[in-house]
Amino acid sequence: MTDITSENTGRPLAHAVRNILLRWLLLALLGLFALYYLMPLFVMLTTSLKSLEEIRTGSLVALPREVTFDAWAKAWSGACTGIQCEGVRPFFWNSILLAVPAVFLSTLFGAVNGYVIAHWRFRGSNLIFSLMLFGCFIPFQVVLLPMARVLGIMGLAGTIPGLIFVHVVYGLGFTTLFFRNYYVTIPQELVKAAKIDGAGFFRIFWSIFLPLSLPIVVVTVIWQFTQIWNDFLFGVSFSQSGTQPVTVALNNIVNSTTGVKEYNVDMAAAIIAALPTMLVYVIAGKYFIRGLTAGSVKG
Amino acid sequence: MAHILEVRNLVKNYGSVEILKDINVSIESGEFLVLVGPSGCGKSTLLNCIAGLEPINAGEIIIAGRNMKGVSPKDRDIAMVFQSYALYPTMTVARNITFGMKVRGVDAATQQAKLAEVARQLQIEPLLNRRPGQLSGGQRQRVAMGRALVRDPKLFLFDEPLSNLDAKLRVEMRIEIKRLHQDLGASMVYVTHDQIEAMTLATKIVVMKDGQVQQIGTPSEIYNRPANLFVADFMGSPAMNLLPARTIRNGSGTQIEIARDGEEPLILRDHWSPDLPEKVIMGLRPEDIAEAGYRSGEKVQTATCKVELVELAGADTYVVSRLGGKEVTARFHAETQARPGQSLEFAFDLAKVSYFDPDTGQRLN
Repeated sequence: MTDITSENTGRPLAHAVRNILLRWLLLALLGLFALYYLMPLFVMLTTSLKSLEEIRTGSLVALPREVTFDAWAKAWSGACTGIQCEGVRPFFWNSILLAVPAVFLSTLFGAVNGYVIAHWRFRGSNLIFSLMLFGCFIPFQVVLLPMARVLGIMGLAGTIPGLIFVHVVYGLGFTTLFFRNYYVTIPQELVKAAKIDGAGFFRIFWSIFLPLSLPIVVVTVIWQFTQIWNDFLFGVSFSQSGTQPVTVALNNIVNSTTGVKEYNVDMAAAIIAALPTMLVYVIAGKYFIRGLTAGSVKG
Repeated sequence: MAHILEVRNLVKNYGSVEILKDINVSIESGEFLVLVGPSGCGKSTLLNCIAGLEPINAGEIIIAGRNMKGVSPKDRDIAMVFQSYALYPTMTVARNITFGMKVRGVDAATQQAKLAEVARQLQIEPLLNRRPGQLSGGQRQRVAMGRALVRDPKLFLFDEPLSNLDAKLRVEMRIEIKRLHQDLGASMVYVTHDQIEAMTLATKIVVMKDGQVQQIGTPSEIYNRPANLFVADFMGSPAMNLLPARTIRNGSGTQIEIARDGEEPLILRDHWSPDLPEKVIMGLRPEDIAEAGYRSGEKVQTATCKVELVELAGADTYVVSRLGGKEVTARFHAETQARPGQSLEFAFDLAKVSYFDPDTGQRLN
């Protein structure tokens, strides 16, 4: 302590100036990166608020001269996806019907799996955990054909429950990993104490583990929601007209143009499709960071 | 009196490793049994087996006359206090204490009555609405005790409950546990690696090492008549002096000869002990070696030894000398004038001497 102060009193001014300079440099750098990442969003947003006329004549980065929400209205309920012209609205609804149960179920099963693997070890539990981890690294493409067969046999082909099933199965590896890694930090003695208190498997899970799990639940929900909402490959492979998720609809809107390409509608549709994931991040983002870095649970 | 706990021929393996080898322990109602030993000796595993948290490979555990085979922890009529306290972090103190009753379906009025009683007993009434994270170590310890007390079990199990506390608090809580034991007349099994805790709390001590029971006895038996070299060395602080010696039989009794570097061997006479083999290890507690003139008795003998070190410990002064190639600690009175390098008359009191076989380590007298 004394060393530092004596050094400071030697050249206090130079020190302070250098600190301020460094700070500003850092801020400038961060600002630059932020700008770089925000630029596409800016272009999307401004383009979606312009009329087609203005897009044709004006510059890409210019602000709209006249703000119009026509493109948004059309994207929501009037744009054509192939021969159907109902906008993204029905597909947006499909995505919600798909993502909410799929996120809920995969998180719930992941929590129970993680709880078992962390605290109710059985012969071969490590092997099973390794296999589940392996599941995280299997590329989507590999499972397409076998999954199509399975869905066919189950009679779920082309339905939303079928898609939910696919996402739950595919998500289990990750959700199990998240919860297992979180639950191993909870002392084993807690389970022992609860056992002596007379609590059983589900009672301990429900009364002791779940209340501790908010940070990891948030992480898992954000992760799973982003994955499932943004998924295109499973959506396009295992759905049929009427059950397609919003990502597939977006693709169809952008690709099925008649005559002039309506950039403003495409942009509006893209923003609408991305809105829910952005919303989830904004609402739960701070828990996400906290959950990812959460260490042991002090008892 | 009936046995409250009986462990018969208990064997516990982890894979091919034998953790507990043929353990036989029993306690009467109201006894305070302490399992003590170095870490890794299996004492905590034994406690977990008694609680039913670990399956056993062979043998029997009988609590209050009931064989515990296949009985789950909650039905064993036990309560347990853990080293980390294992309080449920998201529940208030009150809910921590009543959780077990809630699970067992005890009605709310009884729960509240018992909670109030235990909270008063442990003086934790002001803490009932706090969460474990807002409590100090000592307060958490009390809550953990409360959770055990509220069950009113046949048998209390403690797994190193004081080892996370600082030294001062540890002594306070030790006294508190002792008082609880006296007030309740409850039967307790207590695991610790701290031999002072073992000595002060127990009515019966089990010393363990490498999964085997080394000795079972009252604190005074363990301290004064250790069954082997391990127990002699482990129990007591400073440790018992264990000196290699040679015995010579002559007409009137046995002469004990302890070699010294570059000096005449130290010779003590022991006319009281039974026949001893030629080579023995002699065990003398530090308090059995005093400054000459400060100890009298039939079996006290004096000899001149060189002082190597003097350690002040407040109430006593420990004087270190060297005999038989080993450091010897003697417990002198606080005002001793002994100084390092000095040659001084030491008084050796053989009233409580122990002899051990150097090969087997077993007690000889």
